Amino acid sequence: MVPINWGNTHPQNPQISKKRDTLLSALHDIQSSKSGKTWITARDLSSIAREYKIPVAELDGIVSFYTLFSRAPRGRHVIRLCDSLSCRICGSLDIYRYIRKRLGISRGMTTGDGLFTLEIVNCLGACSTAPNLMIDDQLVSGVSLKEIDDLINRLSKEGV
Amino acid sequence: MNKLKFITRYASVENPLDIDAYVAQGGFFGLREALTMPPKEVISAVKQSGLRGRGGAGFPTGVKWESVRGDAERYIVCNADEGEPGTFKDRYILEHTPYLVLEGISIAAYAIGAQTGYIYVRGEYPHIVTALSKAIAQSEKSGYLGSRILGGDFSFHVEVRKGGGSYVVGDETALLNSLMGNRGYPLLKPPFPTERGLWGKPTVVNNVETLAYVPYIFMHGATTFSSIGHPESPGLKLYSLSGHITKPGVYEFPMGTTVGELMQAAGGTRGPLKAVQIGGTAGPIYDTSALGYALDFASMRKVGGALGSGALVFMNTSVSMVQVLDVTMRFFAEESCGQCFPCRYGTRQLAFMAHKIALGQGRLEYLDFMRDIARVMVGASLCPFGQSIALPLETILEGFGDEIVSFIKQQEFLKEVAV
Repeated sequence: MVPINWGNTHPQNPQISKKRDTLLSALHDIQSSKSGKTWITARDLSSIAREYKIPVAELDGIVSFYTLFSRAPRGRHVIRLCDSLSCRICGSLDIYRYIRKRLGISRGMTTGDGLFTLEIVNCLGACSTAPNLMIDDQLVSGVSLKEIDDLINRLSKEGV
Repeated sequence: MNKLKFITRYASVENPLDIDAYVAQGGFFGLREALTMPPKEVISAVKQSGLRGRGGAGFPTGVKWESVRGDAERYIVCNADEGEPGTFKDRYILEHTPYLVLEGISIAAYAIGAQTGYIYVRGEYPHIVTALSKAIAQSEKSGYLGSRILGGDFSFHVEVRKGGGSYVVGDETALLNSLMGNRGYPLLKPPFPTERGLWGKPTVVNNVETLAYVPYIFMHGATTFSSIGHPESPGLKLYSLSGHITKPGVYEFPMGTTVGELMQAAGGTRGPLKAVQIGGTAGPIYDTSALGYALDFASMRKVGGALGSGALVFMNTSVSMVQVLDVTMRFFAEESCGQCFPCRYGTRQLAFMAHKIALGQGRLEYLDFMRDIARVMVGASLCPFGQSIALPLETILEGFGDEIVSFIKQQEFLKEVAV
């Protein structure tokens, strides 16, 4: 069994009063802090670890648990394509195939110019407008191949 | 007033963040009413209403509130970590009528004696985090939240937290772990969060929809609520309809509405209906015989299924069940938290075999292996996640086993003649 960490104290630092309920928010903030960065660097990790008085290894373990955080470099824009049941039966694989061809990357890869990372995710909670994808914080619903093309063109023009 | 629509009525407002519009619709009347009663009576009213948790487990809400004991420092947490595939009702509520949830959580806090509340919103809904923060600020300004609510003695503060992306965090113990800045591991119960929850203090975790129906009880009365739907699981329910259906979306109907009635309300299916999954990916998949099933906790349990979150994914005859099996098993493998062996390893084995079958490299004995693995997982997994994989797997094999068997046989045959 995993010991329960009640969060407000640390075994080595019983005086630590900073509650860890803001930890995930802090990770979200630092992940997108500098323009164009979409992942958590080693430096980010140690600065948060210091702030919250958590061993870096433990924090790394926390970060790796959650799918929205990445310890590996990602592209300027992260495309998260849903492939759960509703999206799958409404054509998510067609979209996957198209993006793959258009950007030349498969699941989990980043384009050579560092612009796009493609992820396949489970349900985005918008099944009535399937197929869905998120590009960064934006939900793109009921997507057609043409719309994806326009979106990629627009973001490519903006550059890194 | 139509008492058979509640959330959808509030949700029809043009600007969901306009607090005056919410009040004009009767908003915060329930809170006003509840605050005139002693907390004990608030709890008995909720018990009397028969309201059951809308997150999936269907635990009686009043009983949960009543079981809070011990320490005076208590917490109420709203579970907005909606991640069940096919479910989008909580998104709908929070996008269209956030004040209803704030009103519900305030009543809950008053009843259980909590001074602080959290709304844990899944990280995939960043715009809802922003909107909720605005709604909270607005409510505090208008005296419906914060210090001395409505001029009385009751003070209650709510904060919003954004999740990191994890399906199992939808489990209440996992959610509390995540809220405390840990890995989102589910814990063995007991102790229940109502005795030992957030920071070891008594905590109630309620789903968004559950809290959104709480004001109903104090607006229209507990007996009005309990007179709707099935006597054992009364009230209204939001159903999320998606897939091959003419008008997909969120529908509000009494508990016990049948699959067929909902299908009609949504304009019927696109193409001939082949299968429907009820309650999300952890729910059963039935053929057209499901059309007569009444959708409430008690009736669904009677037919060996589960209502779950009230999600309905309709599939027409173009859908291959081999694919459905593959998508479903992969979901479990990707979302298993890895804490306990039966689930960590079992889900990977199941996903491996389902994918092999989908690739045309399956073997007939896989189906027996899969049944065995699922049976072990039901008995040996630590939390409901690992135990729940058996339901979709067994119903797929039961209802559509022939299709999968003939697919495997055909692939084997093709390989043989090609040699």
